Order: sequence, then structure tokens, then C-alpha cells
Amino acid sequence: MMTKTILAAAAAALTIVAIPRAQQPPASQPQQPSEISTTIIGEPGAPPRLALPDFIAISKDGETVAIAKTITEVLRDDLEFEREFSFIPKDVMATVPPATGFNDIPFDRWRELNADGVIVGTVEKQTGGVRVQVRLYNVRTRAVAFPKEYTSANARLIAHTISDEIHKSQRALEGVARTKLTFSSDRDGERLGGTIEQREVKEIYIADYDGENQKRVTIGRTLNITPRWSPDARSIAYTSYRRGEPQIFVSHIYQGTMDEVTKGPGSGQNWLPAWSPDGQRICFSSTRGGGPAQLYVVNRDGSGLRRLTSDKWVNTTPTWSPSGNQIAFVSDRTGNPQIYIISADGAGTPQRISTSESYADKPSWSPPPYNEIAYTARTGPGNDIKIVDMATRVVRQITFGEGTNESPTWAPNGRHFAFMSTRSGKEQIFTIDRLGKGLKQITKTGNNQQPDWSR
Amino acid sequence: MTRDTMNMNDVARRTRGSAWGFSITVLLLLFAVGCHKKTPPVVRPLPPPPPPTAQGGQRPPAPPEPVNEPTVVPPEPVAEDKIASSSLDDLNRNSPLKPVFFALDSDALTAENQKALEEDASILKRYATWTVTIEGHCDERGTAEYNLALGERRAVAARAYLVSLGISADRLRTVSYGKEFPFDPGHDEAAWSKNRRAHFVVTAK
Repeated sequence: MMTKTILAAAAAALTIVAIPRAQQPPASQPQQPSEISTTIIGEPGAPPRLALPDFIAISKDGETVAIAKTITEVLRDDLEFEREFSFIPKDVMATVPPATGFNDIPFDRWRELNADGVIVGTVEKQTGGVRVQVRLYNVRTRAVAFPKEYTSANARLIAHTISDEIHKSQRALEGVARTKLTFSSDRDGERLGGTIEQREVKEIYIADYDGENQKRVTIGRTLNITPRWSPDARSIAYTSYRRGEPQIFVSHIYQGTMDEVTKGPGSGQNWLPAWSPDGQRICFSSTRGGGPAQLYVVNRDGSGLRRLTSDKWVNTTPTWSPSGNQIAFVSDRTGNPQIYIISADGAGTPQRISTSESYADKPSWSPPPYNEIAYTARTGPGNDIKIVDMATRVVRQITFGEGTNESPTWAPNGRHFAFMSTRSGKEQIFTIDRLGKGLKQITKTGNNQQPDWSR
Repeated sequence: MTRDTMNMNDVARRTRGSAWGFSITVLLLLFAVGCHKKTPPVVRPLPPPPPPTAQGGQRPPAPPEPVNEPTVVPPEPVAEDKIASSSLDDLNRNSPLKPVFFALDSDALTAENQKALEEDASILKRYATWTVTIEGHCDERGTAEYNLALGERRAVAARAYLVSLGISADRLRTVSYGKEFPFDPGHDEAAWSKNRRAHFVVTAK
């Protein structure tokens, strides 16, 4: 949470101040979330049903009215994304007379509509942004479940923060509304010079988890691919061809600085960096030993290089287990690429994970409470996303031949993943939940590939 | 060379092309006019009288110019001259070194691949100062991640064969682009078969 707040603040160059209005719990009870005075529950077996009327613009100027509208829409999208709540439909909500503040909330009307809770917010203009007050009420008892106040100039970030805090306090869920995606894109239409055919430059981009605020973060004017967020979501490791041969770079995107993790004579070709969960090390695939690509681990500053695999097969596309004890990777030791795991120190015989397809790549290991590996599987002329449960080894298929589908990457709470699909024509980034519902297209411009989801 | 310079070269080439076209048109027109007039066979005009010299004396008329068939010279090794003289970009645009193409998921060299590489080796022996980057490429059916390693396997297979033919490994660098730079953007076997290749780029002459 601290990390996310810092990231959000740095990303938007603004400050968010969350001031719990409920009384602070005694210091002797640190386990208790401070703001819970009541929890909204739904009918047995059903998610709590919420009313979310438009946030009330206390200041009547157009800007404040627009911000109130944006916060309402983004908050609803954020809450609907995790499907922990159901919502009274917008057209039904429109029949309820709007409140003008916290003193005239039509609780009886919301109760008639079978709402369990109602989220009421006010937006007031103030220097450098707006002041937003939010309360979540239990419609039956009228108790306040979530009283908070925020000041910011970034309406979307306020909404994302409210969503994450409601999920945390009401559902004990780490929401992902303030997380980000990174991916590689050719959308700028820049081309490399001096070759016989047209070659598009690819640059690293970032976007909010919902696809908003897409921004370029590299100016390599070359091929920049396979980006991966550092666990603190302040840096991105990626593969860049800016030195001719592919090398691992780390860009500190909020500082504008860059480290070359692999470089120099004899470093060979280096691809597919993957951060250890503690953010101190990077596993990657390299040809530096001669022969096919092998796995190496290096400290994030480029020191302490260590070789993990030494055989005559390709060993590539590493990813760490959430605990950091194991590494899942891809090897073609049976002829075609398949997914294996080894211990993070490289000891032991690789254990094969993928068994139900002729070709598998790009494992992504889900965080707790799930213990699943999502991967790309060849299913026909194209590829699809499959997920294997590591406890039962039961495999489920998520996409079914709509274009080709590759490069899954888990959201930090394991409930969704992002992936690349050609189902809409070009290569685009989509998100979908772990059971295959709620497909959402994130990118629309150019070709976009190899997504990675921040913590 | 930058993209801008390449564009300028393109313009220059196009301009040169139209100048040639114009000249040919003029020649054709002259020929047509000549035919129309049905002029008799050409009579070589007498050489003009020599200009008066400072001495004022008259010289004997110059001997008639010999009329000979022009000698046929064996054709210049035009392509090779061009190779020797062109810039690296022009050189690579005309691909003096043949690419080799692979089967799906494979880095195995076919007999046809070996023949192409033998021709490449003979060119590399003739131009012994060249250094070459062998690029490995893959089609879009493989995954972006594994294709980086597969492309390298293909480049290395091509390099190993060239080395076995006596080309120094120092002159042959490999780089894999996976499926990031398809030669043909299509989505069928015709395109895929062009995109599964080891491709040669001359990097120094």
C-alpha cells in the first residue's frame, strides 16, 4: 500500500492525503483496519449490492462538475472490475432524486431498490485541485462504513484510491486500481534506417491498469521489448537492441535514469529479464557462454553474475515463483519449447510442467492465494492462453482461437491477467479474469505486445 | 546512413531515371523523323576543310577515319563492381549474400540451404575484408519469447556451416530478432516461409 501510494504520487507528481475520519484505533490493535466501523454484506451467496449515485459537486463550476462525473465513472469501473459488489443499474439509479450532501441521502429509496450499501461522495474545488469526501453507508442501519477525505488534482487517481481502499476495508482484497501495465509498442511509426526492408522501432510504454494514461518511457529508436516492472513499480527492466546486440537495461522511469545490466565484450545476446520478488536480482537468458541461450542471474546493478543452467538446449523465458524459491522457464530439450521449473539456485533436475500441448512458452506464476502458472500454448495455427493449477496440475484453457494469444502476465492479486491477442486485427493488449470472463481491450494504437503487470 | 539520405538517394535515382527516359524518347523521335523522310543511305560527309593555319599553308587532307567494328569486350563483372563500390546500405539492399530459409520450429539446414551458404561462402572468400551479421528471424506462429532463442539457433546454424567452409568465425556475428522484424507482414505460409530465415547483413567492407 505504501509502495502504491508512493508510486501514484510520483507518477502524477501530486500528493494524495487520505484522512480517516473515523476515530483512530488504539495503537495496541495494529491488526484492525482503522476505518472499519461496519461491513456491508449482501444476501446469502450474493455480493453486496451497492448504489453509486453521481458524486455531488459542491462547487458548481464546470470543472468540478466534470471531475465529480469522472470520479463516479472511474470508481464504478474499478469496483466492477473485481466483481466483489453488484451495482444498481444506472437507469434505475437515475430515478432516485440526487442528494445535495451527506444530510439528505434518500436511504429509504435505496432500500426500496434493494441496495445493501450506498457510496456518497462530494467534490469541492480548492487550490490546486479538489477536496473529495466519500462515505459508504449501510442502507439499513445508516452506519458509515468508509469515511474518507482526499485532496488531489487527479480525478482518476482519487477514484482508484477510493476503490482500492473500499476493496481493502470491505472485502479484505488488495485491489489493483492503482497498478500499471508496461508493454512494447510500434505505435510511433518510426522506422530503423539502413536496412533492406521496413523495420518498425519498438518502444516501452506504460499505462494505468485500465488502459488510461498511456505513456512512452524509452527513446531507444531501436527494438525495445520484453519489459518487466520491478517489484516496487519504479523501474522497468527490458531487452534493448540499442547497442546492436540485445542487452538488458533497467530504466528508472520516475528519475529518467538508466542502468545497463548486461554490457560489454563477451556479453553475448541477452533477453527476457525477470525480477526476483525482492527486486534485488534479475534472471535472464543469454548466449554469452556460446551455444544456445542459458539462464543467468545477476544483481540489479549488473554485479554478481551467476549461471543457472548449463546444457545444450535452449533455456529461456524465466519467471520467479512468488516466494522467490523457484524459477519457471522454457526449454526445448524435448524438441519444442515446454515449461519447466528449477530451484532458484539452479540446483536439481528441471521438472516439466506443461504436458498437454506441443509447444508452450511464457510462464507467469500467480501470486497467493492462487498457485497457478499461466502460459502460452500452441493450440492450432495460433496460440492460446492456458493456466495450470500447480497443486492439482489441472489445466484450463482461457482463450479459444480468437486470433493468436500470447504472453500472459498476472495482476498482483492474481484475479486477472493481461495478455497479447490479435483478435481485433493487430497485436493488442487485453485483460481478462482468471476464469476467462470480463475481457477488456487495453491498447488500440499500433501493435502492442509482451505486457507486464506491476505490483 | 540515415533515412533522410536514403530518401535523397531515392530521389536522385528517380531523377536519373526520368532523364534516361527523356533521352530515349528524343532518340526515338529523331529515328522516326529520319524514317519518314526516307533519306538515302548515309553518305559520310567530307571532313571540313582545315582551318587556315598561321603559316597560311595548306595541309594534305587528313586520312579517312578507320571504320571498324567496335571490339566486343567481355562483360565487366558489373555486379561485383557494384558490390565493391556501393555503400553498405546499397550493398545490403541488393543482398549479395543469399538468405537461408527454415522449416517451422526448425534450425536444421536443408541441402538447398547448404548450397546457398556455399555460394555465400565463395562471396565471403572473394571479399575477404567483409564482416557480416547473420540475423536470425522467425515467423509469427511461434511465441515472441521463444522465437528470440530460435532465431539465434538459426543464425548459429548458418554461421557454423560457413565456418566449416573456411570462413573465419570472427567475421560472422549473430543476432536474433525473433519475430519482431517480419520480411513479409502476411499471415499465410507464403509470408511465414519468407520470415523463417537467417539473413545476412554486411557490416564492414
